Amino acid sequence: MKAIAEGLFTDEAAPRLIGGRNRETGRIVFPCPANDRFEPVPLSRTGTLWSYTIQRFRPKSPPYKGPEAFTPFPVAYVELPGETIVEARLTDVDFDAIEIGMPLEFAPIPLDPDAAESVLIPAFKPAGAAA
Amino acid sequence: MSDVCIIGIGIHPFGRTEGMSGVDQGVYAVRQALADAGLEWPDVQFAYGASDAAGNPDTMVDQLGLTGAQFINVRNGCAAGGSALFSAQMAIKSGECDIGLAVGFDKHPRGAFDAKPSEYNLPEWYGDAGYMVTTQFFANKIMRYMHLHGISREALGRVAEKAFRNGEKAPHAWRRQPVPLDEIMNAPMVSDPYSKYMFCSPAEGGVALILGSEKKARELGKVPIRLKAATMRTRPPGSFEVFAPCVDIERGGSATNIASRDAFRIAGISPEDIDVAQLQDTEAGAELMHMAENGFCADGEQEKWLIEGLTEIGGKLPVNTDGGCLACGEPIGASGLRQVYENVVQLRGDGGARQVPGQPKTAYSHVYGAPGVSAVTILER
Repeated sequence: MKAIAEGLFTDEAAPRLIGGRNRETGRIVFPCPANDRFEPVPLSRTGTLWSYTIQRFRPKSPPYKGPEAFTPFPVAYVELPGETIVEARLTDVDFDAIEIGMPLEFAPIPLDPDAAESVLIPAFKPAGAAA
Repeated sequence: MSDVCIIGIGIHPFGRTEGMSGVDQGVYAVRQALADAGLEWPDVQFAYGASDAAGNPDTMVDQLGLTGAQFINVRNGCAAGGSALFSAQMAIKSGECDIGLAVGFDKHPRGAFDAKPSEYNLPEWYGDAGYMVTTQFFANKIMRYMHLHGISREALGRVAEKAFRNGEKAPHAWRRQPVPLDEIMNAPMVSDPYSKYMFCSPAEGGVALILGSEKKARELGKVPIRLKAATMRTRPPGSFEVFAPCVDIERGGSATNIASRDAFRIAGISPEDIDVAQLQDTEAGAELMHMAENGFCADGEQEKWLIEGLTEIGGKLPVNTDGGCLACGEPIGASGLRQVYENVVQLRGDGGARQVPGQPKTAYSHVYGAPGVSAVTILER
């Protein structure tokens, strides 16, 4: 499966998000802006939960391209130490077990788990949990 | 430099009005404001009109009269109304004009706002993945805030409970039925920690304010309600905003922080001097966080303020006396001007069942919106 957009994840066995480093200030952002002021940099695979919510209704289409059948999903912000705080889904975790500060690792998931050719979107799972 | 005064106010009730376009609701409000000021449309030299989803405001000259008046349209997200008001007061302050109109209206379809990534300079995948949802940001922001400052979920419930109780007393409000706290707390969740009663809904409505120079206000024999400050600011570095794929680890202030600080500086007063405040409450936690962001209390003090009823109509600082966005809904172009309308009502002593006691002399309004804009006004009687 491929990422939902070019240039979001690295192409390696354990992929990482690709951020952008400002060539002048060193500030890191995600995703990497498509201009000369930023250079792409792979971001940390691990981080901690900064905040989250549970999306309880199906987002409007367009623009949402997820499956018609809706199941609630967590939308989180994950702090990657020394880099930036990125927005991503959480996966492999009970909603009741989500806690701000919990250690997480990058684990992209399909946008539509039931589709054969689904694209992958950024997600994090509890650190050390089985995939 | 002349003080700018609000000399006429009008409102079309918020909510859902079948058979009336957004522009129609704006025109209704303008006519009411003109009558309130004792003026006719040809007296108005210029207008700034705000609408996000209901068409170009200047088309209303069809209905108001083709006087040739200057009419500028403003589209500035949730700060549209505040931006219209800011621009209108500048025209009077400059001495160029002495009677003008700030009008805002909107009419949104049901359900969540349908924002598109391209409108916010975001990549398409961000929308495809399901992130163009304003409620996600608001929920993430309060979740972090509750964690840092020890705010309970019940505090969110109390804000919503007050909103519907105040809305019951405001003829222009949409939700005018009180809802018990336990029903608010136990209602279906929309985006944790918020239940359905803790978010406002996109709505319809129109508001018009007639502005005049101090001299004009005196000529018309109006109690002068002075616009002491009107600021609109964009975000500073390190803020956390709607539709943010990332946030800087080094935290900064917010657009609200600087709009508020500058408004107090321009008005020459401080938060303790404010008698009544309308603070953006698109969701229950927003009212609570905005109390601190606008300088009315310290982070974390809100829990105590709510338990002690300090933001009730009879409290130390009444907040959202007409039920705010939670009870009125949010027609984007009109929402910020509704707050100013409500403040004028309060300063004139015309609030009826929702009147703040003790003849309030100063009133504060604040809006916030995507992608990190805020507008503040301070009124004085």
